[in-house]
Amino acid sequence: MASNDTPTNASSSTGGVAGWFIDQVANLGQFAIAWVIGVGDVAVFALQTIGWIFARRQRRDVLLPNFYQIGVMSLPVVALTGLFIGMVLAVQSYAQFKALGLETRLGSVINLSLVRELGPVLAATMLAGRIGSAMAAELGTMRVTEQIDALESMGANPIYYLVVPRFLGCLVLIPSLTVMADFMGVLGGYFYSHVLLGIDYHHYWANSREYVDVFDFLMGIFKSLSFGAAIALVSCHHGFHCEPGAEGVGRAATNAFVHSFVMILVLDLFLGIWLNNVHDFFRPEGPRKLL
Amino acid sequence: MPAAATATSRRTTEPAGPLLRVDALQVRFGSQEVLRDISIDLEAGQTLVVLGESGCGKTVLLKTMIGLIRPTSGDVRFDGTSLASLNDRALAHLRTRYGFVFQGAALFDSFTIFDNIAFPLREHTRIPEAEVRSIVESLVDEVGLPRSVLPKKPVQLSGGMRKRAGLARALSLDPQLMLYDEPTTGLDPIMSDVINELILRVRNRPHVTSVVVTHDMHTARKVADRVIMLYPLFRLRPDEPQIVFDGTADELDRSTDPRIRQFVEGRAGARLMELREEQARANGGTTIDDGPAAIDPPVDDSDYGNEDDA
Repeated sequence: MASNDTPTNASSSTGGVAGWFIDQVANLGQFAIAWVIGVGDVAVFALQTIGWIFARRQRRDVLLPNFYQIGVMSLPVVALTGLFIGMVLAVQSYAQFKALGLETRLGSVINLSLVRELGPVLAATMLAGRIGSAMAAELGTMRVTEQIDALESMGANPIYYLVVPRFLGCLVLIPSLTVMADFMGVLGGYFYSHVLLGIDYHHYWANSREYVDVFDFLMGIFKSLSFGAAIALVSCHHGFHCEPGAEGVGRAATNAFVHSFVMILVLDLFLGIWLNNVHDFFRPEGPRKLL
Repeated sequence: MPAAATATSRRTTEPAGPLLRVDALQVRFGSQEVLRDISIDLEAGQTLVVLGESGCGKTVLLKTMIGLIRPTSGDVRFDGTSLASLNDRALAHLRTRYGFVFQGAALFDSFTIFDNIAFPLREHTRIPEAEVRSIVESLVDEVGLPRSVLPKKPVQLSGGMRKRAGLARALSLDPQLMLYDEPTTGLDPIMSDVINELILRVRNRPHVTSVVVTHDMHTARKVADRVIMLYPLFRLRPDEPQIVFDGTADELDRSTDPRIRQFVEGRAGARLMELREEQARANGGTTIDDGPAAIDPPVDDSDYGNEDDA
């Protein structure tokens, strides 16, 4: 049998703990190689996409439908997400702040959490599910039904036609949608705090203005820009490399969401660290204390 | 006849050698070898039909001819230019001289039929929109579609109509080489004959060379100047050529090679025995009896390679 010549089986045949250990190391090595190849593949895909943005101007009739799908169609769900995050933050923080007699500071913690973290991350997560999966499924179906091959056979570049409009749509509109999520969150937090919990609106807004500044807002927008790029590239890459059949398309859509979500979390951590350093560089006195 | 100005001007010179040369082509996907040592010279104006059972590599060969699949080794030359030597931009430009009709038509779902057929014209020429419309209308006339389909989406059309719309799109840049992937698969016999007639009409256009991949013997007999037959590699010995037949459709019908006879006559033969053995293995050694009347006697494969046709 030819398969007996493989190193894995050869090591297994030695038996015992040593053979098992060698197998695990070999598996780990294979996993690492596959991971490096995968990351390299996405990096090349990203470079090709960025190259095509500058190589040729996009046609309006290709760009606008993508912008409509990504931006306009996502507005309600993003607005709803933002509204509820704001209210939930008020619900969860109120008891703690009231115990300290600092409930008028609720506005600062709700709005700061929203614009720096929860607005961008949860809006991006929602959009990874709504847009990312849809993009992967659509491109996957195009791959399976040979529409991408058809584009290439007609001398057209599929990255220019299919990826660049979606990438630009995510890059421009996910930050815009994050602004909407932030706005609705601020509104939701205020509604719950003032109307339902009876916190004085003057102090609520005064504290918000004191502790939340433009940098916090821009930090969230910068993050959402990165999340948008990551969602577009990861999802389009999964769609482009879709396996045949309905199962392949389904797997591409699922993986697009899962990997986009992981990318959002990883980027959020590293961008958070880096942007805090940037903040400290411009404001050496450090962040203002909430309490 | 719709023809972009660029397409007309490039027809003034005839290629010195064959229009398409496939030289010692090998294609592997991972450890699986699909094509081995395939060499074909295709003269301008010729219609080549590539026959073979499912999974023998016909579509892979077709896609390699246009550079959609890169060969593991060997070369494909179009009009003297090696596809492997071209960068992405040059290859995309060269592909405007091809027309590809896909098995499922591969029309863009989000476009109307009009936009689908107009796509190559808008992509590669600066023809005014009014002229694009007139070219698209003459193309749908040529493939026998009513103009009322133009504002419709592909999903609103039947399979035969989609195939014809795909053919119209492939013809829009007036190609030199037409590639057809299973053009009659999934169609009723009448629509299959309509598609065959259209392939014949396209063949009669000046200087059009065609490669038709099919397993439909009726198509092969009707449109082919030349027929080659591929055989699945896993059924061949390492020293056997993968092209088991190269000749005319009449010669194919007269061939006595059992592999060819089995295909031409559409008999399962020994394959049915293989299927039974596999089912028996899956059932733990129990033999399945389908009844003697249901099957043809298995073909005697012992004299493979004794025919001159290969």
